[in-house]
Amino acid sequence: MDVLGAHSLVAFAVYNPRFGSNEGEEYKKLLYYYPEDVEINEKIKTIGLCEAIVQFSRTFSRQSPARALHTQKNRHHFYEAEEHFWMVMVVKNPVVMKENSEGKSVPEYQEDVLLDSVYNAVLRQTYTMFKLFKGTFGMAMEQGGVETLKRRLQEFFSRYLLTLRLEQCDLIDTLGGISFFPLDKMTYLKIQSFISMVEFSFAHIQFTAFLYNEQLVWSGLEQDDMRTLFKYLTTSLFPSTIEAELAGKESPIHVSFPGYSQHYGRFLLGPRSLTDPNSPLRVPKIHVYIGSRHSELHLIVYKALSAAVCFLVDATVVLTLDFFQRLDTLVGPQLTLLASDIAEQYSSNRKPASSEKDSQFKFIYFNHMNLAEKSTVHVRRAANPSLVTVPTELLHILGDINSDFASSVEDEEVTVKAMSDYWVVGKRSDQRELYVILNQKNANLIEVNEEVKKLCTTQFSNIFFLD
Amino acid sequence: MLNKMPSPSTWVTVSVSSVSCDCLPVSAGSSMAGSEILEQESSYLELCRTPVRFEEISSVNNVFFDEANKQVFAVRAGGAVGVVVRGLDEKQPISFRLEDKGEIKSIKLSPGNRIVAVQRSGKSVDFCNLMGEATEYSQECRGRNCYVLGFCWTSPNEIVFITDQGLELYQVQAEKRSVKLIKSMGTSFVNWFVFSSEGPTLLLSLTPLGNVLQPVLAKVGNLVKLTKFEVEVPVIPKPPRLCLTEPDVTTAVIYGQLYVVVLRHRVRTTPSQAGSEVWLYHLSRDGHTCKIHVLQLNSTGCFATNVVDNLVVIHHRASKTSMVFDIQLKKVSEGPVKLHQPVLPSLPICPFTIQPRAGASLGAGTAVTTCELYSTSWIVFRPDIIMDAGLGYLWSLRLRLPRIVATLPDRLQLVDFLLLRRDCRPVLLNVCSQLLSGGQAGGLAVVSLVFDKLNSVYKEWLEADKSDAAALDGGAGGRPPTPHKPVRSHAVVDQWEMYTSVLVPFAESKTISYKFVIAVLMEYIRSLTQFHIHAQHYLYELVINTLVRNNAFYQLHQLLQYHVLSDSKKLACLMLSLESFYPPAHQLALDMLKRLSTANDEIVEVLLSKGRVLAALRFVRASGGADIMSARKFLEAASHVGDSLLFFCVFKFFEQRNQRLRNSPHFNPGEHCEPFVEYFKKLFGEDDFTPLQ
Repeated sequence: MDVLGAHSLVAFAVYNPRFGSNEGEEYKKLLYYYPEDVEINEKIKTIGLCEAIVQFSRTFSRQSPARALHTQKNRHHFYEAEEHFWMVMVVKNPVVMKENSEGKSVPEYQEDVLLDSVYNAVLRQTYTMFKLFKGTFGMAMEQGGVETLKRRLQEFFSRYLLTLRLEQCDLIDTLGGISFFPLDKMTYLKIQSFISMVEFSFAHIQFTAFLYNEQLVWSGLEQDDMRTLFKYLTTSLFPSTIEAELAGKESPIHVSFPGYSQHYGRFLLGPRSLTDPNSPLRVPKIHVYIGSRHSELHLIVYKALSAAVCFLVDATVVLTLDFFQRLDTLVGPQLTLLASDIAEQYSSNRKPASSEKDSQFKFIYFNHMNLAEKSTVHVRRAANPSLVTVPTELLHILGDINSDFASSVEDEEVTVKAMSDYWVVGKRSDQRELYVILNQKNANLIEVNEEVKKLCTTQFSNIFFLD
Repeated sequence: MLNKMPSPSTWVTVSVSSVSCDCLPVSAGSSMAGSEILEQESSYLELCRTPVRFEEISSVNNVFFDEANKQVFAVRAGGAVGVVVRGLDEKQPISFRLEDKGEIKSIKLSPGNRIVAVQRSGKSVDFCNLMGEATEYSQECRGRNCYVLGFCWTSPNEIVFITDQGLELYQVQAEKRSVKLIKSMGTSFVNWFVFSSEGPTLLLSLTPLGNVLQPVLAKVGNLVKLTKFEVEVPVIPKPPRLCLTEPDVTTAVIYGQLYVVVLRHRVRTTPSQAGSEVWLYHLSRDGHTCKIHVLQLNSTGCFATNVVDNLVVIHHRASKTSMVFDIQLKKVSEGPVKLHQPVLPSLPICPFTIQPRAGASLGAGTAVTTCELYSTSWIVFRPDIIMDAGLGYLWSLRLRLPRIVATLPDRLQLVDFLLLRRDCRPVLLNVCSQLLSGGQAGGLAVVSLVFDKLNSVYKEWLEADKSDAAALDGGAGGRPPTPHKPVRSHAVVDQWEMYTSVLVPFAESKTISYKFVIAVLMEYIRSLTQFHIHAQHYLYELVINTLVRNNAFYQLHQLLQYHVLSDSKKLACLMLSLESFYPPAHQLALDMLKRLSTANDEIVEVLLSKGRVLAALRFVRASGGADIMSARKFLEAASHVGDSLLFFCVFKFFEQRNQRLRNSPHFNPGEHCEPFVEYFKKLFGEDDFTPLQ
């Protein structure tokens, strides 16, 4: 497929229809619009269209009005993030240049390529990300009214929207899972021990999250907050620091304190320098919910080798350089040791070349209960967040199967023969989903079924996953 | 009168040290009074509550003590009026009469209390049977011109005479009232001797300086010389005279090993100089002896030694305090020798109040008085005996472990110390509780190390127990292991005790944050896991319940996801019960049951109870139980779901099974499926019922 001009963001808006219900005051409804330099009438037209579609579709289904509008060039996705607060994302369909009868090449819009489930999930996720860093819309309204909300939306989205890689979104974004790092019991308990030790040495630290290899090991935060934080860490923070590291801006070896034992720890989010009291402090605040209680926390991220730890400190606490120094002194050497422990255990436990051997298998596993996600379809490395190892056509099939699953409650199994030599199998057992891509020439249905069974027994023997 | 005591271990009264005693800067009188209350609170040594009372020493009453049998003899008028023997082990005093044949130098009962041996002269020992005729019989020493220094019983009917020229082993035949020489052993001139019933072993002091010690093992019917050894003498006097005397040498059994304990006096003119020392020579079973421990006393004066619960307790008269050494702790190696400092601060023994004697109700004498501690009439015997001959009291020295908790602030040192003590378990548990109730102040790091120390001992015991059980199994051919486990040391704190006495009260405490509770519980599980001890399900349940009570479900989920909380049916059931609070618990429970691989029936029940009949069927089929499962159970569950298509499928599935198994689609009457056959006919009519051929 010859894709010209990958599909990308056409418009993005946040509005509240209650804010300008009088004729001529429609502009009041608008809270944020991207691109910002579009004429006001254009903006009002976009949100007006959405409002109308939603209103119209409510007639048929009060509970779940329309979520997307398909047009030849674009797709509109709608999401009511908070009561009466709507978000709209307009994505352009991919374009293929085709020769017409006169031999001229004309653009042809690929109307069926985009998946609603993927972009609805992306839209939802823009909201959760906003909520994590800026709090809810309602909170902004309470604290400073519309102007505050508008300011926060502008501050956040003007930067965040640029980081969305819409053309790379696929099933994995729909699932929005958390990748967990596999560990044995003893190492896991050691990590627990380390976390407790730090938390009780620094009473200000309310929560801790531990990651290794950009995969989660432990989260003191609740699942939903962790999901968003995980997304931020893996798609934004880690890639940016890796780039900085590659560019040689920051030395990974910590030697600024003579006399201290050398370790590899450093702050990804924290003070730029531990010796200079005037160095800039980069510690964002995040908003999380414990039960129904809202709390605002400083997000400090510390990394040694492949282990990264998030320390969440009450936002009312004033962070001093002394605090960071003490944290560094305590955590640095221990985390370095722990990280090399994990690395050793990980490399010794990994079955030799097992991942390479089964290269005819590719699979995506997702568990709705703990959001655990595992994909051999994507090669997720910080430097290039989403590298897909199979044809995009297959990802499209995966997305379709996922939509099928979403619309029913029964355990299901779907087997699809793709146009190429691939077979795609989707299985659902209770709350778990497994998508397998097989590349076997001339395989028949029975053989494919056998292969998938084999995969289940080797990879998922310790969970209750029905054949 | 005291010099008649047969034991060597009296208060040390070497001429040099008794001088320095007086010039020590400790003013016992004044300083004691002020701090008395404080010391009373913290003293960790006490005299036993039930001392042996005997008639105090007087002009008509002589007192003797036999260390081997721990018996005190009150001899009135040379035995003619009566001899009363009281022991720490005996409930009833033994009394008998002896003819008054002159001054008694030494008197001892044979083990078993059948024969009494009395030494009245330097030439012979007299015997008298306690049962039967009370006529005495006597045995003179064999060697010419030799002098009997003393005697000791080495078995119920064997006795060794120690003379200045060697040893003579006799067999005493009480019935015949005769004594027969079995073996004699000549040595160079013997200055003095020390006897230890461990072995039994005799220690003879040889050479004019007295510093060469000859250990002799007194086996039944035989005497075996072991390698002699020399105690270093700092300055050899000219002309040679005795430098090592009997009161400075004793023996002790510490941690199961026999040691020769030698007190080395030092004269100190300034406090900066080294004080006196106690040297411990290890008398190994192969007969080799070497100095391996030096206890540094840091003071000079009169000392006496007890051994209590493998601790060496050195009483210091001048300061009226006692020092405590543990040869396994606080050591600095200096070549092959280990130097020790006291493990506990030096404190006096707890005050002891004297109850008035029942008979002596005469005026002022009836008042309850406090016994003078470290008094000059004290005599200290092995291993833990203290006697006040003037008062007529015999105590054993005891350790008050709970008091030590306050004395030793370093918790890790304290735990090390306690782990080596007898009956330390309740105290250890108490220390753990205190440590945890201290909240974060105690420091999780300390808690963690304490857990490791306890579990290290626990693991050792489990290993020993395992090999024990294996030996038992092998030997007795599958005999059930004895429920009572005698090998268990007092220091073993197992999971159940930790759970009931420490962790549960701690977890239920309202004042402690649940995060700290979880941190501690996880720390304990980590420690167990590190020592490869299988943690029991109740620990996991405590973790789960604590997390659930605080709505920390996601944290619980993660712990289960990493299999930190080991799988068990109990835990799976607990998770099932949590489903209504936390829906993912259902999945966690099913996963756990699946991993157990012995819980397939439970999985089917769980699925059926959820109405997931097809899932249950598929599971049974995959696990190979399709041919034996009960059709009725599945049909019943399917009929409850109310989905007729589902019921149809399940019904047809079983018809096919019947066909395969019995060549007929019909159910056996024993399967009790008739109601479901009727139900099927009602739903789908007779036509569909016609089975597939």
